[in-house]
Amino acid sequence: MLTFIVRRLIMTIAILFIVSLIVFTIMHMLPGDPVAIMLGDQASVEEIERLRTELGLDKPLPVQYADWLLNVLQGDLGRSISYNEDVGQLVRDRLPISFHIGLSAFVLAIVLGIPAGIIAAVKRGGWLDSLITVTANLGMAVPVFWLGILGVYLFSLKLGWLPVQGYTSPFEDLGQSFRQTVMPVVLLSLGALATLARQTRSSMLEVIRQDYIRTARAKGVKENRVIMKHALRNALIPIITILGMGLASLVGGSVFIEQVFNIPGMGRLMVQSIFGKDYVVVQSVVLIVASVVALGNLAVDIAYGLIDPRIRLGK
Amino acid sequence: MSHLLEVRNLKTYFNVDGTTVKAVDGVSYHIDAGEIVAFVGESGSGKSVTQYSGLQLIPSPPGKIVGGSVKFEGNDLLRFAPNGEEMRDVRGGKIGIVFQEPMTSLNPIMTVGKQIAESVMLHLKMGKAEARRRAIELIQLVGIPDAEHRVDYYPHQFSGGMRQRIMIAMALSCNPKLLIADEATTALDVTTQAQLLEMMRDVVKKTNTSLILVTHNLGIVARYAERIYVMYAGGIVESGTTKEIFGSPKHPYTIGLLKAVPRLDDPKDRKLVAIDGLPPNLAHKSEFCAFLPRCPFKTEACQSRPAPELRETGPGHFAACHEEVAASGGAERGLASVSISSVQEAQAPEREVPERSVAAETMLEVRHLKMYFPVTRGLLGRKVADIKAVDDVSFEIRKGETLGLVGESGCGKTTVARSVLRMYEPTDGQIVFRGHDITRMSMNRLRPLRREMPMIFQDPFSSLDPRQSVGNIVGEPLKVHGLVKNAKEYEERLTELFTLVGLNPGVRNRMPHEFSGGQRQRIGIARALASNPSFIVCDEAISALDVSIQAQIINLLEDLQRKLGLTYLFIAHDLSVVRHISDRVAVMYLGKIVEIADWKTLYESPKHPYTQMLLSAVPIPDPFVEERREHVVIQGEVPSLLNKPKGCSFSNRCPFATAACKESEPPLRSVAEGHGVACLRA
Amino acid sequence: MTTPSAADAASMFELPPQTSSVRRFLRVFLARKIVIAGLSVLTLMVLMAIFAPLLAPHDPYGQDLSMSLKQPSAEYWLGTDMLGRDVLSRIIYGSRVSLIVGLVAVLIAGAIGMTIGLLSGFFGGWVDTVLMRVMDAMIAIPMIVLAMALGAILGGGIVNVIVALGIAIVPAYARLMRGQVLSVKQSDYVMAGVVTGVGNVRNMLVHVLPNCLSPLIVLLTMNLGMAILAEAGLSFLGLGIAPPGASWGSMVNDGYRYLLSNPVLSLAPGVAILIVVLAFNVVGDALRDALDPRLRGME
Repeated sequence: MLTFIVRRLIMTIAILFIVSLIVFTIMHMLPGDPVAIMLGDQASVEEIERLRTELGLDKPLPVQYADWLLNVLQGDLGRSISYNEDVGQLVRDRLPISFHIGLSAFVLAIVLGIPAGIIAAVKRGGWLDSLITVTANLGMAVPVFWLGILGVYLFSLKLGWLPVQGYTSPFEDLGQSFRQTVMPVVLLSLGALATLARQTRSSMLEVIRQDYIRTARAKGVKENRVIMKHALRNALIPIITILGMGLASLVGGSVFIEQVFNIPGMGRLMVQSIFGKDYVVVQSVVLIVASVVALGNLAVDIAYGLIDPRIRLGK
Repeated sequence: MSHLLEVRNLKTYFNVDGTTVKAVDGVSYHIDAGEIVAFVGESGSGKSVTQYSGLQLIPSPPGKIVGGSVKFEGNDLLRFAPNGEEMRDVRGGKIGIVFQEPMTSLNPIMTVGKQIAESVMLHLKMGKAEARRRAIELIQLVGIPDAEHRVDYYPHQFSGGMRQRIMIAMALSCNPKLLIADEATTALDVTTQAQLLEMMRDVVKKTNTSLILVTHNLGIVARYAERIYVMYAGGIVESGTTKEIFGSPKHPYTIGLLKAVPRLDDPKDRKLVAIDGLPPNLAHKSEFCAFLPRCPFKTEACQSRPAPELRETGPGHFAACHEEVAASGGAERGLASVSISSVQEAQAPEREVPERSVAAETMLEVRHLKMYFPVTRGLLGRKVADIKAVDDVSFEIRKGETLGLVGESGCGKTTVARSVLRMYEPTDGQIVFRGHDITRMSMNRLRPLRREMPMIFQDPFSSLDPRQSVGNIVGEPLKVHGLVKNAKEYEERLTELFTLVGLNPGVRNRMPHEFSGGQRQRIGIARALASNPSFIVCDEAISALDVSIQAQIINLLEDLQRKLGLTYLFIAHDLSVVRHISDRVAVMYLGKIVEIADWKTLYESPKHPYTQMLLSAVPIPDPFVEERREHVVIQGEVPSLLNKPKGCSFSNRCPFATAACKESEPPLRSVAEGHGVACLRA
Repeated sequence: MTTPSAADAASMFELPPQTSSVRRFLRVFLARKIVIAGLSVLTLMVLMAIFAPLLAPHDPYGQDLSMSLKQPSAEYWLGTDMLGRDVLSRIIYGSRVSLIVGLVAVLIAGAIGMTIGLLSGFFGGWVDTVLMRVMDAMIAIPMIVLAMALGAILGGGIVNVIVALGIAIVPAYARLMRGQVLSVKQSDYVMAGVVTGVGNVRNMLVHVLPNCLSPLIVLLTMNLGMAILAEAGLSFLGLGIAPPGASWGSMVNDGYRYLLSNPVLSLAPGVAILIVVLAFNVVGDALRDALDPRLRGME
């Protein structure tokens, strides 16, 4: 098991290293001069040259990459031009907000998605199954930004139950925070929830066909116990791997949710930096988002190892 | 006296893609307390579904029990709700069941102790601690050493045989009245099979438990069963005591089965009598006798009268046949019954004995072949050991002969085959094929030689490309090696090949999934023959097939050998089949050949203790012979290749092992002309 | 039984009536009514995109500020936007953007991803390690974020959106293809090819590749929906199709400001996205059931 964890850890580090390479490459190799983009069409040659030197862009690319990576590793993400602030500080302000929304949505997706999948599998062919399957299909197909707008229209503008937008930290005003985040969280969770419900359903159906379920029934075990104790635990193993992918899609979705609900999180920071042509920030945000996803996947892998004795006990 | 279990007119149908498949169609039988009863039949005969139906373990949908009654201790089990309390009390409590697949029948993420205890707590109302003690006891009972520790192991930490022991422990855990073993030993090696069956018999006899053996293996039936039900196409076609059925079989299907299986005590020149054709499609059953299309005894009457009911043909002996087919030869038994009727006689001429000549010329010579697979561990993938799958194996095959290579799973026989064909890169040694040393030959130079040495695979379902028509599959070697000049020649050769293996050449445009297992194996054989080879490797080529189909394929292989002068390397685990088909036989154990000799010497006076015990473990489908046979059961399990005992690798299981055996590894030495044994005592 | 003659062969050979695999495929594929509905939606969508100029009642780009923000009427079924353009016509034209972006992005991604997967699975070793770690890294960057970053550098426009999305979807194909190749490579029929003396290239193309494709076709279908969704998302954020081009995503964004007075502006294009993506998913599910019985959740 220890070997397994260490191996995964090393793999994650390798992945993060490659992520940094990809991010750097995207930002530097593709057509378009970031400085020219940043300064706009009216910039003079001198201005461009000055900024290039300032940002170290006149050095060869490998040197630039090494400089950047070393700085990042020391916690220095550089300085934002449009915000005129340390990028590290920007991230420190916004990351907790995204975590708040994202983690809540993640938990909600698990808490609702997995039971929904189980029910659909156990009642296969019944109306509950149809309802859950259809809802899950809709949940996967619906554009989350559009659903946000629909929600705002219905619950905020028409019914007036919830605030239109904004974010308040739960430590400041719990009630207000809850009212402001309930809709973003629910909507953000929807995609992952639908995916989880579908996967749980098919994983359960797959497991229920297995010989060991027949064995459990042949022992006279109660059907409830067969499902919860024998089937579910086995079905969860593939579902855990889905969680990792769910995490990535959740992070993607939060970009839209933060945009629609005007929540000052990482997604909104990224969108604003893109429009502000603040490539230092974009680069950092992408790197951090990818790191969060990679670390999340690492956690998922370890959980997988813990649940499955075939991995835990080494094989 | 009422029976322990009495089943009346049981019908279980499956709805598959809109058609009704009558898997079990009006089956009646009974079991008394303490009896050992066998259900015999081939795949699809409904023997397993019959057993599951009584316990309402049929997956529904698509399955549905549409009629009949299953009286167990006076209660009709079919009246209970499928997952209701009364049904669950019976399952695992009064009726224990052991399933076929030991590798998948245990919950992979629950310790075996907990899985056994679960049953005990449920039916015997024991507490946790007590149930655990009971689990340990049971694990000991089924012969697993070190039970106190093993109780906390997960299934993947056990071998297949061990897992099946756990399954048996679980089934026996609540002192059931009836134990059902559904092909429980089919997936296991012959020595493990013997151990488990002996153990089950001992336990049920001690506790007066009834035992139902569901199997296709007639040898097992002859050795262990007291009474038999023979099933075909969803119905019972014959029933009676074991001696009655084997001694004077009445139903043509039973007669056919008995003649289709090779036996350890066959005369060598016996030609197997295959049952022609295929089992019927249960979705389109005719109103006539289900065996009619394959029956060699059929009369006008059979083709007009409705399907026959079981009728008593002797005391306690029932058969579902209109005719008294076996009247003439029915009283005879054993070897004599091979020639039961004139009809069969005509189809089975005595084998034209040594028409086939073995030349002195060597076809294949393997010298000191070693095939090691590295075991890596840790982060850097350091090599910590080698799995010595094949460890210094030498043999030669002469032109025109068949060398049989037998052994239990993991002995390395398949690895030998694959190394010989360079599907693996041998670690060491030399492979000389028709004078060419191919051990290190480059793939480009080897390719033209490949047409001389094709292979027939074990699994007829995975060895044919599902996206190619069978014509393309068979014709591929012709194209690859440029063996035909033009399209016309290609078509002619295909027609010839299909005809040669007994397939209608008109089917060449069909896809593999449209064929049955036996037909697919014929296609595989046609592919092997396409390039006109002189040598063919048959890797378990018949082990995935049903008994009646096996005989067809064995006969085909033998006919082809005679006709085309082929040389075979025949790899199999079934000792009776190998005996039947081989001129010489090599026995492998843990990567080495332990004994090699001509078939007669090897089977009649084996020298190596392993060979002796292996042969003793093989049941002979004849209760009269089995009665007289002495059964020496090998102790223990085949050790892992990484954990071989020091010295002779059989020394830890050998009853004759001495201190010397544990010190040095005996080489394979010649004890007589052409007879090599790797044992210090020989 | 002696060696079967041709006559014997014909008689002993019983085959069930030829079961056409095409018919079996269609039977499973079209088993549920919703699949037929999905297929109809997709057909309509393609027709709509092709015949947009004939179907659209108004010029989708024609601005007329005097007509801005009209409520739905007989003339303008879905009303007009802030620049006075007919919403229905813009939705009809928008189907072109969705389809082209979806199709081209997925096909590019499929071609690149499958090649990577094939190489990785076929050669193994360090080629495999390097390619797969890169794919792992790409998967760690959420698709939309990667597409945004690429879009930021490339700038908006339909070609750039396609490139950004295409790159972002590549890893899914590479991984699936590699898994398929690895499992098919192990199968007996590929081994049989090797033993027969079939060369590597022929073995790969004739035996391995065709047997790898089923799940990839399913993924392709599902990804069409996903790519359309992603394009809409990028356009919604303003990183996609540049104005005045009609994209469903940008229409949702444009209408957002007038949500209270003209909700149809935002809601109608959203419904279009929902229906089309749903149709792709439903058809993809059915394809999976029909092509890959192993994945079927037992009907």
